[in-house]
Amino acid sequence: MKKNNSIRYIVSLIVVLSLIWLGNSGFFNGLLLSLGVVSVIFVVFMSHRLGIIDEESQPLHVSRRIVVYWLWLLKTLVKSNITVIKRIWKGPSSINPVVARIPISQKTEMGQAIYANSITLTPGTTTLDVEDDTMIVYALSNNAIRYLMTGDMDRRVSRLEE
Amino acid sequence: MFLAAAIAILVAMALALVRAFMGPTLYDRILSVNVFGTKTVLFIAVLGFLMGRPEFLDIALVYALINFIAIIAVLRFFEYKHADASEAKE
Amino acid sequence: MSIFIDGLSWALLILGGFICVSGAIGMHRFPDFFSRMHAASVTDTLGGSLILVGLMLQLDGEYTVLVKLILIVLFILLTSPTASHALAKAALHGGLRPKLGSNQEEQDEDVLRSFGPVKSEDTKNKE
Repeated sequence: MKKNNSIRYIVSLIVVLSLIWLGNSGFFNGLLLSLGVVSVIFVVFMSHRLGIIDEESQPLHVSRRIVVYWLWLLKTLVKSNITVIKRIWKGPSSINPVVARIPISQKTEMGQAIYANSITLTPGTTTLDVEDDTMIVYALSNNAIRYLMTGDMDRRVSRLEE
Repeated sequence: MFLAAAIAILVAMALALVRAFMGPTLYDRILSVNVFGTKTVLFIAVLGFLMGRPEFLDIALVYALINFIAIIAVLRFFEYKHADASEAKE
Repeated sequence: MSIFIDGLSWALLILGGFICVSGAIGMHRFPDFFSRMHAASVTDTLGGSLILVGLMLQLDGEYTVLVKLILIVLFILLTSPTASHALAKAALHGGLRPKLGSNQEEQDEDVLRSFGPVKSEDTKNKE
């Protein structure tokens, strides 16, 4: 079982690296393709030796719902960017920074990382630190904290873990 | 139109550089260098299109990778430096 | 059709440039490090992506260029939050504290104490 899994990750790494090589090179003659094969094998060998081929570097188990989540995140990103830019042009009097603790309900480390990065990616809020089941968030205004307290984003990330 | 985007990026780079020189704290400076690096990536990409040489994108890609690693490395360095200093004082 | 795509590309490039400049101006207008970090490194993500998407629309069939642009966008989107989180955390551990606003009723006083003592030489440097 364990061995089976690791072969799956190695194959996925080889596929990803080959796609990157083909996408960036654009040449299909024998010399460059064989150089690509050599590089891919070398990188896979080194990653294997380093022991970093696992579910952390190749998150194959993430459900397909992540695409929907990305689209939703993109929408939030644009919306909150507009508010931050408005604040920049209004000047420093329009911000009212707040630090708060936000509970997180994700079980896996990956879910927590996705949630923390999503909070940082949407402007107006930045994750300062993650403790056991709470997160310390810095926000430019109270509205952003109130939004996070409603747990909308939290639920969306939790759904990805299933 | 590429020229307009290039000028906008250059203005942003200049402002970031001013902040890096003024920047009251160390972290302000690191932040400005990070912003400067991201803007450099964008500038190289736009410049490639402006001069009709899309090969510049390779440089932009490598610059993006190096920029991120450099920022993390510098932050690590200063985090540990602070820790060492406080240990030495105690 | 090509005029439409060209116009869209124009609009994206101009908008991206405007967002980049706004972020850089925010770096000078905001009062302390943490709010500056918002203004700068976070508007970077949207401004940069818009410019690169605008460039993507200018392509005429070279797929390697498209792949490279997509890789750069993905890389910026993935690393920018990581870098700003690392910056914020390093600044907190280095003894820097955010200037907080006036509405204190919604925030924890103790939240920031868990990061150890405030370094006096760092705060003295502030404006």
